[in-house]
Amino acid sequence: MDQFTLNLLFVGASFALYIGIAIWARAGSTSEFYAAGRGVHPVTNGMATAADWMSAASFISMAGLIAFTGYDNSSFLMGWTGGYVLLALLLAPYLRKFGKFTVSEFIGDRFYSKTARMVAVICLLVASITYVIGQMQGVGIAFGRFLEIDATLGLLLGSCVVFAYAVFGGMKGVTYTQVAQYCVLIMAYTIPAVFISLQLTGNPIPALGLFGDHAATGEPLLAKLDQIVRDLGFAEYTAAHGSTINMVLFTLSLMIGTAGLPHVIMRFFTVPKVSDARWSAGWTLVFIALLYLTAPAVGAMARLNISELMWPNGTDGAAVSVEQIENDPQYAWMETWQKTGLLGWEDKNGDGKIQYYNDKNADLQAKAEANGWTGNELTNFNRDILVLANPEIASLPGWVIGLVAAGGLAAALSTAAGLLLAISSAVSHDLLKGQLTPNMSEKSELLAARISMAAAIVVAVLLGLNPPGFAAQTVALAFGLAAASIFPALMMGIFSTRINNTGAVAGMLAGLVVTLVYIFLHKGWFFIPDTNSFTDADPLLGPIKSTSFGAIGAAVNFAVAYIVTGMTKETPQEIKDLVQSVRIPRGAGGAIEDH
Amino acid sequence: MSQQDESNNAYWSANVRLILISLAIWALVSFGFGIILRPALSGIAVGGTDLGFWFAQQGSIIIFLILIFFYAWRMNKLDREHGVDEE
Repeated sequence: MDQFTLNLLFVGASFALYIGIAIWARAGSTSEFYAAGRGVHPVTNGMATAADWMSAASFISMAGLIAFTGYDNSSFLMGWTGGYVLLALLLAPYLRKFGKFTVSEFIGDRFYSKTARMVAVICLLVASITYVIGQMQGVGIAFGRFLEIDATLGLLLGSCVVFAYAVFGGMKGVTYTQVAQYCVLIMAYTIPAVFISLQLTGNPIPALGLFGDHAATGEPLLAKLDQIVRDLGFAEYTAAHGSTINMVLFTLSLMIGTAGLPHVIMRFFTVPKVSDARWSAGWTLVFIALLYLTAPAVGAMARLNISELMWPNGTDGAAVSVEQIENDPQYAWMETWQKTGLLGWEDKNGDGKIQYYNDKNADLQAKAEANGWTGNELTNFNRDILVLANPEIASLPGWVIGLVAAGGLAAALSTAAGLLLAISSAVSHDLLKGQLTPNMSEKSELLAARISMAAAIVVAVLLGLNPPGFAAQTVALAFGLAAASIFPALMMGIFSTRINNTGAVAGMLAGLVVTLVYIFLHKGWFFIPDTNSFTDADPLLGPIKSTSFGAIGAAVNFAVAYIVTGMTKETPQEIKDLVQSVRIPRGAGGAIEDH
Repeated sequence: MSQQDESNNAYWSANVRLILISLAIWALVSFGFGIILRPALSGIAVGGTDLGFWFAQQGSIIIFLILIFFYAWRMNKLDREHGVDEE
């Protein structure tokens, strides 16, 4: 059986499984559509949240970004797990006690203002749509690879599948489907990593192999990798090269962004009790950590494998020949990935070999001239293909490659579905039913939810055609926006009885606008190419890149809310009592729907 | 102030104290050991690199996990001690 058929088989089988579960657990009432009737066990909920959370950014993109940058991209690892500590300690139990369906309902009630609820909906929509763009990029790459077509065509096909899939059921369908998706994606991520770790270090646990010895040379794996990348003129893998301030702010933005993302927070509304919300955050992180402890090993090992494939005779010997790339089955992945337009090479100096090195490194100029190299010949290597190409790079069996294709799609699809659900509930439940047409029937509310899902996909695809960065970077921007707008409002809502309606609204708007403007200044207005005034290589404010600005936006949000509160009317007593009651677990019943 | 209110206030300040301690550890392992204090820890070798690199790519994730479960366990106990748990 050839690889193409095998990929189709794995992807097809996994899809049949998800759709089967979705039909079996189809959402009946509105309450089930949003919050699965609050009957989900913490472990099940943790697994589903993990699938919901680990998107194309975590699965497809992150290890590639770490592989090509090394230590400096550790922010993704700490940021996307550290946020769960904030969620578990600062938000989840209180929001569960509050007992409504959506994040904006909490903000609307706590800040006793329809405007606050509207502003929260807007913040939520901006962050979620940016996030969906990143997912669509991942969907495009995964579909492009396994159908062996251009990534743009993959994006268009993929969006149709995502739509069909998300419209099918609400949270309940999604919860159980996501448990299945978690199982598929974690197997798809860890099985190839175990094989590769065994090949390179003899240790079956990739997280331990990363800090173990390279089996072929007996040197520590990371020391070996450092030496190879140094020989090729690249920045040392384990060393810090970027600005410390930027790294701290970037990590912090990802952390507080995690705790401000509506589709993740919504999950904690679906557990039966307040104490379960605390456990559930822990279980979620357990399931996420399984992937996140493996990811740095995947990145480092893939970088080593790629470097060795390009220099089969060592970095001082001859580079791989064009003939070998075209004929040797070990290099077949390069031919397949070339079809997606995400990998490319060019024999610039016509010596029949492909030299992969850093041609911007001055120290390598003498060596390059002596050997007749005229520039790096591995001209295009999109970071986002690394994880999907990884099993092929390591020459693993065909079924592993098929499994990874299925896993990548599961990751992108589950998150896209979760986000679309958050978007549709924001539009139909908060905006239409909560504000504009309160007398809407359940049936038309569900219809509005589905129409808004379709609209969100169209917008995401249009913007996803010219993405502002690699998938994980696009997603990082979404986190910055959530960090600057939603998280501070929720935190002040619980931990301060003082902050009033005007303060919260002013804070959210200030945080959102300042962050959005900073991002647009660097990434182009509405991500339209060439409309940017600055670049992340030379940012407006010293070392602070657009992906790191969320933490500053959050600080602005807190400060503005505090100052404006000081100048306006005090919070009424009944709201202070509401805050007090949210802090105490006793009396958390089921959800109260507001009619 | 009623007795229940006083007990609730004590519960809340115990909770806030626990949160502050947990967040101090949270920041120390990630921003501290993983980033800012990495140069100071560079003498401690771990598998071909140094302790700061380990904290940045593995250690902090493990500590985060322990922190959440510790907090959940401690808080559920605190809920019962102050009689504010869900019946």
